[in-house]
Amino acid sequence: MRDGDIIVTQDVNFYYGSFRALTGVNISFEKNRVTALIGPSGCGKSTLLRLLNRMNDFIEQTRVEGKVLFEGRNIYDPEVDPVEIRRRIGMVFQKPNPFPKSIFNNIVYGPRLAGGMSRTDLESLAERSLKQAVLWDEVKDILGQSAMMLSGGQQQRLCIARALAMKPDVLLMDEPTSALDPISTAKIEELMEGLKKDYTIIIVTHNMQQAARVSDYTGFFYLGRLIEFNRTGKIFTTPDMKQTEDYITGRFG
Amino acid sequence: MTRSFREKLIRKAFFGFAAVSIIFLLLIILFLFREALPTFQFVSIGRFIFGMEWYPTYEPPEFGIWPLIVGSLVVTSFSTLIAVPLGVLSAIYISEIAPPAVKEILKPAIELLAGLPSVVLGFFGMVVLAPWLQDTFDLPTGLNIVNASIMLAVMAIPTISSISEDALYSVPREFKEASYALGATRHETIVKVIVPAALSGISTAVILGMARAIGETMVVLMVAGGAAAVPESIFDSVRPMPASIAAEMGEAPFRSNHYHALFATGVVLLVLTLAFNFIADYVSHKFRETGSATL
Repeated sequence: MRDGDIIVTQDVNFYYGSFRALTGVNISFEKNRVTALIGPSGCGKSTLLRLLNRMNDFIEQTRVEGKVLFEGRNIYDPEVDPVEIRRRIGMVFQKPNPFPKSIFNNIVYGPRLAGGMSRTDLESLAERSLKQAVLWDEVKDILGQSAMMLSGGQQQRLCIARALAMKPDVLLMDEPTSALDPISTAKIEELMEGLKKDYTIIIVTHNMQQAARVSDYTGFFYLGRLIEFNRTGKIFTTPDMKQTEDYITGRFG
Repeated sequence: MTRSFREKLIRKAFFGFAAVSIIFLLLIILFLFREALPTFQFVSIGRFIFGMEWYPTYEPPEFGIWPLIVGSLVVTSFSTLIAVPLGVLSAIYISEIAPPAVKEILKPAIELLAGLPSVVLGFFGMVVLAPWLQDTFDLPTGLNIVNASIMLAVMAIPTISSISEDALYSVPREFKEASYALGATRHETIVKVIVPAALSGISTAVILGMARAIGETMVVLMVAGGAAAVPESIFDSVRPMPASIAAEMGEAPFRSNHYHALFATGVVLLVLTLAFNFIADYVSHKFRETGSATL
């Protein structure tokens, strides 16, 4: 494990029942960088992302082999509490999924459960998180209203703010803009640029331009294997592997 | 036959079928009121509803159904008190906690309970529960409020449980994932996200369970004891409205005062059931945490 790596996977295999979705994945995520995971549908990139904060635990009949080290500790160790892991590794999903609660209650949902915060603490935390997610100006007067009234792009930024309110170390984003229009997408990409200095971001995307725009490193997956992992600039100009080149030039996928 | 004519015909036919069922319902209600209204020529509405004496065959007769109304409300409330926690908690267990193997047994078992004929439950209440209550609490009779409430609760639990379960099941997976991803435990997710999101469905389930209990006839006829007096303790016998109607209609001469008074009791029952439905509607709107997820 190099210094500056926050998450490292070692020979990870993952099974849905008897189907092997990931084979021998070794990948390192550097701290305070944006890493993009790309590849055709069904290549295992989302599966890997969900492995990193143990969200696959909720799918029946799945099995993990190998190690996922978060700050040097294997998160699949039996004595590790997955709740603790999920507090430190936040997640934003493909479809905006605010709770059917008020905007304020969405933001403070996690911190309130974690406990130990007064009402004023929660209020300033909500303001801080919404500012980080560049949503504050749009919602500061309607914090008590239902989050369901917001537009899709606003909902997704609310979900990012909600994840940030937990003050996580890592933010996992599973195709966070695939359900959004280009303007909302641009806002979220801009936002990721700003978040980089405080957080490590790992993003799964189908949009190769997006990967090229926002990420420092890119991993290309195909049929459950990590084919190539490199600096984003290199992957998109002079990839080492023929398959990577074929995918990014649109020959398949 | 042209296509547009056929379309029109199909539309008319469907409208016809839909209209028929509504017309039937309206006719029944019309009939109910027509037979009930003459009651108020020989007794005032106030005297009828709040009258403490129900002696329809005495001379002179007394037509006060207050004890019957109280009887209905008391057994319905107590049965709700028993059935709601059991029904809702079992729904939560089945939909969110039980491992698949347990779920596969429990779910059909509870639904089977809904298929029990009410006369069987009433019989059970009479020959098993009543003697046990009588012995255990040293009562003059085991046919009382407690017995009726327990039996009605058994009837209402499957309704409450299966409708609540549907409501819980339809909570989008995205909400649960969002909650888990924020470091919530399963217990916290159930309490803070899943149940609130299903609350309008759960309250509908509760009210429907109550409506089933208040309208249920056979069980209360068999186990409530049949005393037309306002109860003073939960071990007193009562005579809920449906039991009274069922027991007396056969003996009441056609279009007699007694006959009309029983129909008027039916109208009161109808109004109460409607009130339950309006409350259900109001509560479910009030509790609904606005709208579904949109993109």
